[in-house]
Amino acid sequence: MHLIVVGLSHKTAPVEIREKLAVPESRMGEALNRLTSYSGVKEGLLLSTCNRVEVYSVVDDIDQGYGRIQEFLADTHLSLSSEQLTPHLYWHAGDRAITHLFRVAASLDSMIVGESQILGQLKDAFESALSHKTTGLIMNKVVKKAISVAKRVRTETKIAEMAVSVSYAAVELAKKIFSDLGHRTVLLVGAGEMAKLAARHLIAQGVGQVRITTRTPQHAQDLAEKFGGTAVPFEQYKDDMASADIVLVSTGASHYLISADDVQRAVTARMNRPMFLIDISVPRNIDPAVRHVDNAFLFDIDDLKQRVEKNRAERLQEADKAEQMVVEEVGVLLEWMKSLEVTPTIVALKQRADEIKRSELDKTLGRLAHLPAQDRELVEGLASSIVNKMIHGTMVTLKSEVNSSSGAAFVEAARRFFSLEAAPPPDTRGESAVEQSSCLAHETSEPLIEQAPSRTPSRKQP
Amino acid sequence: MAVVCFMVTMGLYFVATISFLAYLLRRSEALSKVSLAITAAGFVMHTLALVARMVGSSAAAPPSVHEALSFFSWMLILVFLAVEFRHRIHVLGSFIVPLALVSLISAAALPDTVPTLQPMFRTLWLHVTLSMLGTVGFAVAFVAGVMYLIQDRLLKSKRFNVLYAKLPALDFLDHLNQQSIILGFPLLTLGIITGAISAEFAKGAYVSWNPEQTWALVTWLFYFVVLLGRLTVGWRAKRAAYLTVIGFAGVILTLIGVVLKSYGTVS
Repeated sequence: MHLIVVGLSHKTAPVEIREKLAVPESRMGEALNRLTSYSGVKEGLLLSTCNRVEVYSVVDDIDQGYGRIQEFLADTHLSLSSEQLTPHLYWHAGDRAITHLFRVAASLDSMIVGESQILGQLKDAFESALSHKTTGLIMNKVVKKAISVAKRVRTETKIAEMAVSVSYAAVELAKKIFSDLGHRTVLLVGAGEMAKLAARHLIAQGVGQVRITTRTPQHAQDLAEKFGGTAVPFEQYKDDMASADIVLVSTGASHYLISADDVQRAVTARMNRPMFLIDISVPRNIDPAVRHVDNAFLFDIDDLKQRVEKNRAERLQEADKAEQMVVEEVGVLLEWMKSLEVTPTIVALKQRADEIKRSELDKTLGRLAHLPAQDRELVEGLASSIVNKMIHGTMVTLKSEVNSSSGAAFVEAARRFFSLEAAPPPDTRGESAVEQSSCLAHETSEPLIEQAPSRTPSRKQP
Repeated sequence: MAVVCFMVTMGLYFVATISFLAYLLRRSEALSKVSLAITAAGFVMHTLALVARMVGSSAAAPPSVHEALSFFSWMLILVFLAVEFRHRIHVLGSFIVPLALVSLISAAALPDTVPTLQPMFRTLWLHVTLSMLGTVGFAVAFVAGVMYLIQDRLLKSKRFNVLYAKLPALDFLDHLNQQSIILGFPLLTLGIITGAISAEFAKGAYVSWNPEQTWALVTWLFYFVVLLGRLTVGWRAKRAAYLTVIGFAGVILTLIGVVLKSYGTVS
C-alpha cells in the first residue's frame, strides 16, 4: 500500500500543457471513476487548478502505479501523447508524496507563495473524491492532515499576511489610511487592466461606492455595470475627486492628468480628510508634486512594486518556518502509516495475546500451587488454545485482506480492537468556508510584477 | 500598604514600558500579550494603592499633587485598556504606558504632603478630579496625534517598516484624537469652573491671574479653538495632530505651574 503522486505544475509545464490536462468540475466524476478503475489503483484524488494538475493515489506497487497514472493522464486529452507529457511530469511516492501534498496545501509550491486559493481548491478536490467514493482510509487521513497542516501554517506563520501583488499592495496601503473601507468611495479614472484588478480587490474588501470615468462614456457605463458602480462624465471627474477617498488612475495618457493643484483643491473641499491616490499608469498620470500636498497620499506603480518585493522577501522567510512545520507533520503522519502495515500488526497482535495469557496464567497458577505439574500444563494448554482461537480469525482476515481496497481499514480496526498501541486520532475537525475555486485574477494576470518561470512563455487571462 | 502597592505598580509599569517599547521594534505578537498582561497587573496594583490611600486619608484633606498625578496615570491606563479591549491596537500601549510611567515617577518624586491647593474648600477634590480627567483626554489626544504624525510621515516618505505595520490606520488615529478632545474639553471646562468657584469662596475672586490659572485659561482657549476649527473649517488630520501635540505642552506647563506654586506655599 503506497501513496504516490504524479502530476505537473507551473514549475514544470507551460500553460499550453496545463490547460489541456485540466479537468473541469463537470467531468471530475467521470475522471475519478476512470482513475480508480485501473487495476492496482486503490484510492484516487485529482487536484486540477490553473497552475497544476496532480493525481494522488494509493496503489499496490509504486512503479506499476506510476505507469497507470501516466496512462490515465495521457488519456485525459486526445491530442496529448505520453511522450509529450512525460518530460513535464514529476513522480513522488511515500513520504515524498506526502511532503509534496502538504507543501502544495500550505501554498509553499504555489506560483505566489502563501496565496490562499489552493487550500480551497484542495478542499473542493477532496469533496469531489469523497462524493464519488474514490478515496479510502489512507487518502482521507492524508488529505485531512494536509488541510490541517495548511491551516496551521496559515495561523502560525505570516506567510499569508502580506500583499504580494500590486493590487493587493494597493488594498493594504488603503487600509493604513482608512480603517474601514465600507464607507469609502473609490474613483476609477481610466480602465487599465491593473486598475481594474485593483478596483476588483477593493470591492472584494467591501469598499462602499465605486465611481468610474473613462474618455469614452460608453466604456465607463459598461464598467460601472460590471462593478456595480456609477459612471462619471470624463469632463467632470476633477470636480468629483473631492467625493472620492481613493482615486485609482490608469489611463494611456502621456502627460499628467491630475496636478498638485487639483488634488489640493479636492483635499480642501474634503475639509482635509485624507485622500489616497494610486497612479498605476506608465507614464504617470498624476503629478508627483502631489506628495507635497498635506493629507494626500500618492503612490505610483514603482512604490507598489517595491512594497510587493519587500513583502515577497519576508514571505520567503516565513516560508522557511512553514517548511519546518511540514517536515514535522509528515513525520507524524508517517508514524501512523507505518502502523497500517500488516506484518507488524500481526506480530503485535500475537504479542498482546501472549501478554494477556501470561499475566492471567501467573495469577491463576499462583493460587493453584497444589496442582501437580501435569495438571498445570493442562491449564496452560487451555489458556493458549483459547487465546489462539480468539485471534486466529483476525489474523486470517488480516492476511487475506492485505491486498483488498479496505485492507488498511482492517488493520486499523484490529489495532483498535486489541488496543495495540494508540495510533494518532483521526482528524475530524470541521472544515468551513471553501474559497472560490475558479482562477482568481491575481494568480494569473499580473505580468508586470511576476517573473514568469522561464518554462512558462505565456499566461492567459482567466 | 498603599506605599508598597504604589512601588510595585511603578515597577510593573516600568517593565511594561520596556516591553512595549521592545514590541515597537520587534516583529513579535507574543511580546504584546506579555506587555499587556504586565500592564493589567500593574493596573490592579495601582487600583489597590489608590483605594488603600483613600481609606487611609481623611476626606477633608485636599488632594496632594502626588495623588493627582497618580490618579492621572491610573485613568490613562484605564483608557488604554478600554481602547485596547475594543480595538486591539496594541501599539497604543507603546505610547501611553510610558506616559503613565513618567507621570507616576513624577508623583513619586514629590512628597505626598505637597497639596494641590491650600485647603480652603471641601469640594476642592472635585476641581482636581475634573481637571485631571480633562487632562487624561488631552493626553490621549496627544498620543493619537504623535502616532498620527509618525504614520503620516512614514506613508509620505514610503518607509514601510515595522512601525508602519503596527500603527493603525490614519483615520482611526484622527478619530481617537477627536473623541479624546471632545471628552476632555468639557471635563476641563468643568474643572476650571469648579476651581474658579472654589477660589471665589476662598479668596473672593474667581481668577487671581497667577501663572497656574493663566496657563489653564490659555490652554482651555487653545483647545476651544482647536475643537472649533475641527468642527467648522476642517482642522483635522495632520493639522489637528500638530495642534494637539502643541496643546499638550500647554497642559504640562500648567501642571508644572501647579507644582511650583504648591512647593512655594509649603516651603
